[in-house]
Amino acid sequence: MTGLWLIVVAAAVLAFSGLPACFFSRRSCAAQRLSAALMILGSAIGGYGVFLSLSAPQNEAVSLPWTLPWGRFSIGLDALSAVFLIPILLVPMLGAIYGLGYWRQADHPDNGRGLGLFYGLLAGAMLMVVVARDSVLLLMAWEVMAVSAFFLATTENENAAVRRAGWIYLVATHSGTLCLFALFVLLKKITGSFALSAVETGALSPTLTTILFLLTLIGFGFKAGVMPLHVWLPGAHANAPSHVSAVMSGVMLKMGIYGIVRLIALLPPLETWHGGLLLALGAGAGILGIAFAIGQSDIKRLLAYSSIENIGIIVMGIGLASLGRTLHRADFVVLGLGGALLHLWNHSLFKSLLFLNSGVVIHATHTREMNRMGGLARHMPVTSTLFLLGAVAICALPPFNGFVSEWLMYLGFFGSLQVSASGGAAWPTAALGAIALAAIGALALACFVNALSTTFLGVSRQPLAHEPHDPDLSQLGPMLLLAAGCTIVGCAPQYVMPLIQQAASQWLDADAASAASLLSYVPLRWIGGIALVLLGAAGIGFLLLRLRLRTRSVCGVGTWSCGYARPTSRMQYTSTSFGQMIVALFAWALWPQTKAPKIQAPLPSAGFFSTTVPDTLLDHFVLPFFRWTGRLLPRLRLLQQGRVQIYLLYIVVMVLLLLIWETIGNKS
Amino acid sequence: MNSLLNAALVLVLALNLFALGTSRILTVIRTVTFQGILLGILPLLVHGHPSLPAVYASAAAILLKGFAIPFMLTRAMRDVHIKREVEPLIGFLPSMILGAVATGFALIFAGELPLADEHMTPLLVPAALSTMFIGFILLTTRAKAILQAMGYLVLENGIFIFGMMLVEAMPLIVELGILLDLFVGIFVICIIVNHVNQAFSSLDTRHLAALKE
Repeated sequence: MTGLWLIVVAAAVLAFSGLPACFFSRRSCAAQRLSAALMILGSAIGGYGVFLSLSAPQNEAVSLPWTLPWGRFSIGLDALSAVFLIPILLVPMLGAIYGLGYWRQADHPDNGRGLGLFYGLLAGAMLMVVVARDSVLLLMAWEVMAVSAFFLATTENENAAVRRAGWIYLVATHSGTLCLFALFVLLKKITGSFALSAVETGALSPTLTTILFLLTLIGFGFKAGVMPLHVWLPGAHANAPSHVSAVMSGVMLKMGIYGIVRLIALLPPLETWHGGLLLALGAGAGILGIAFAIGQSDIKRLLAYSSIENIGIIVMGIGLASLGRTLHRADFVVLGLGGALLHLWNHSLFKSLLFLNSGVVIHATHTREMNRMGGLARHMPVTSTLFLLGAVAICALPPFNGFVSEWLMYLGFFGSLQVSASGGAAWPTAALGAIALAAIGALALACFVNALSTTFLGVSRQPLAHEPHDPDLSQLGPMLLLAAGCTIVGCAPQYVMPLIQQAASQWLDADAASAASLLSYVPLRWIGGIALVLLGAAGIGFLLLRLRLRTRSVCGVGTWSCGYARPTSRMQYTSTSFGQMIVALFAWALWPQTKAPKIQAPLPSAGFFSTTVPDTLLDHFVLPFFRWTGRLLPRLRLLQQGRVQIYLLYIVVMVLLLLIWETIGNKS
Repeated sequence: MNSLLNAALVLVLALNLFALGTSRILTVIRTVTFQGILLGILPLLVHGHPSLPAVYASAAAILLKGFAIPFMLTRAMRDVHIKREVEPLIGFLPSMILGAVATGFALIFAGELPLADEHMTPLLVPAALSTMFIGFILLTTRAKAILQAMGYLVLENGIFIFGMMLVEAMPLIVELGILLDLFVGIFVICIIVNHVNQAFSSLDTRHLAALKE
């Protein structure tokens, strides 16, 4: 059996992994373990399939007729698909193992089985999205994915906020699908079939190219959460169970990116301003996304906004690569797209790690509010170390993986200042991308220092019913594996590069692809070596500290006690106060809402102060728009009289109108 | 044969207008029953020599429209003890005039249609169109649920006449399928009539407006 068919089998096993559990008792943890075992089995089959097809010399493709009136059952596997397959096979499986301890079916009899069912379905559908080579098949898998994600995000649907977030997600994802329908119908008109095949150069007018590009960007951008289209993302991620958030953020957002990368690969080279638009969108999404993240005090909303930021970085890389394709700069393509794809892997590793971590924290503190946490590092040393690792990785600091991918992009942006050796044009404006990337990095650092310190450092801000402790191995194991992934990619990037390189060269013609090698642009061995040295130094420092502490007595003082004799837990920086300065800097975009008492008398009465940073776009533009249409459209109720006769009259009038229209149409 | 066919179709048209103009439900049922039987004979007239499929279709139609459906409808009427007046939403005379206008429109419209020559001579197409229109008029202007069923029946009769043109092209099974549909439809309406009567103590479908949202 070929690798491709193994992946189809894997998709089926994953998709139905939650089904057997539905026949067991609603409290049966054995059934949940069965689902997790099926997830592992499916992922193992898929992983073997990817391995087989990667070791084969050429790309595989199968196209079979089916009984539907449109399209064919066309699937295929190339390096680009393989890049996206690996997170799909990895993260949902780890999430399912994590869910054994985190979402024990015995504790969640009402929604445990449904969660398992849609969890598997989501993973299977994503596999099919990536291997589909026919737009009808792709859209079918896409819808299964979108709808299962809706049911996952609304797992706790007894809660009104969860339902609201779910509805917003559903509306957003279907708005995207609408654009995809238009896109694929247009493509069918141009190429003559629903097959996802390359459009010949010269077959498109510039206007048509622009329309196709914008439809791709909007249709897939809704799923990826590219900044103006991100409104569904924070709510859905924050309200889903943590392992679901990990899959949604770590993998499902990437399906939108997959769509954009795949479609641009099919289209002939875009115009320069398309690449510029992508770059600007990415930079804006990155900076504003992380600024919004700083303003959040809900740990999962913070992580969700950070996903928007990372998607922004990925889109910047795609923009650079698109420029490179237009300007015949192979180095832009390889560095930009290579950086974007590697960052996509990295993001699925460290963001999943952070989301799983946040789940452990939420379990321990029973709140998502960071302003009520604190001091967890003492009780949960492993969890807090893993969070630190994930935070360092997501801030793109060496020695972890985020650094490598952003380094590739930096090199690409710097390269835009000079004419390439093969004579490709320079496009100095793109160098602004390096500045944006640096700003994003700095803000991300601020954001995660905030998250780490208010959650894990200091002392607890609320009395906890139980002493928090590190979770058992079913939850720690997946987190440890993800952390190991972050470290390996950070320390030995040269081993993952061949696949990334192969995938990125899909945007190039064959001779340019053979000339442009990532390894020749980037001293990857050096990066890996330095990372290893840094890790070693950190390890030695840690050991020295332990040795030193063994001989000395340590007095337990609260962090940030600032010399007070009797500090209380309220004398700490909260998450909100920590981020206040940056929130104020970005107040033009964040529109923070502050409620402060007016102090008039010399001895004022008790007052309350609160500040929140809601999503500007959602709260001030999207929801008002829908409320406005909600007021306007009920006037159409006039048509709904509740009388059978009138409804029948509508039919008669419509038939008559059609008859008249047809007669006139025939005459003219 | 053609003159006989035309006479039958004129009779069908006259019955249409009569159904629009009567004020008693039972008369409407009988009118439509008679129309149904007349239509049942039609397949034998259209093609002169009776073929086996035509005989089947005509037997099934007469059995269903002449006996089974009227029986069900009169029983439903007896069961729910309703008043025997029709209660139109627009008066009898206006609805008759509307029916006449619709028939005229059907004649003009049928002249415009690009039809094969063999269908040009008889009144077949105009009669079919006008019967369908009058079915619609019955459906939209009558308040009682039973009359809605009659409208539905007349509408189907129109479609049946249209089907005459195709009696040799269309497989028998399709014809029987349509009749089965009709039977099930009327059957369901009779059940609904009973329920509407229980819920609202009347058969006036205007009460159903209370169900909107």
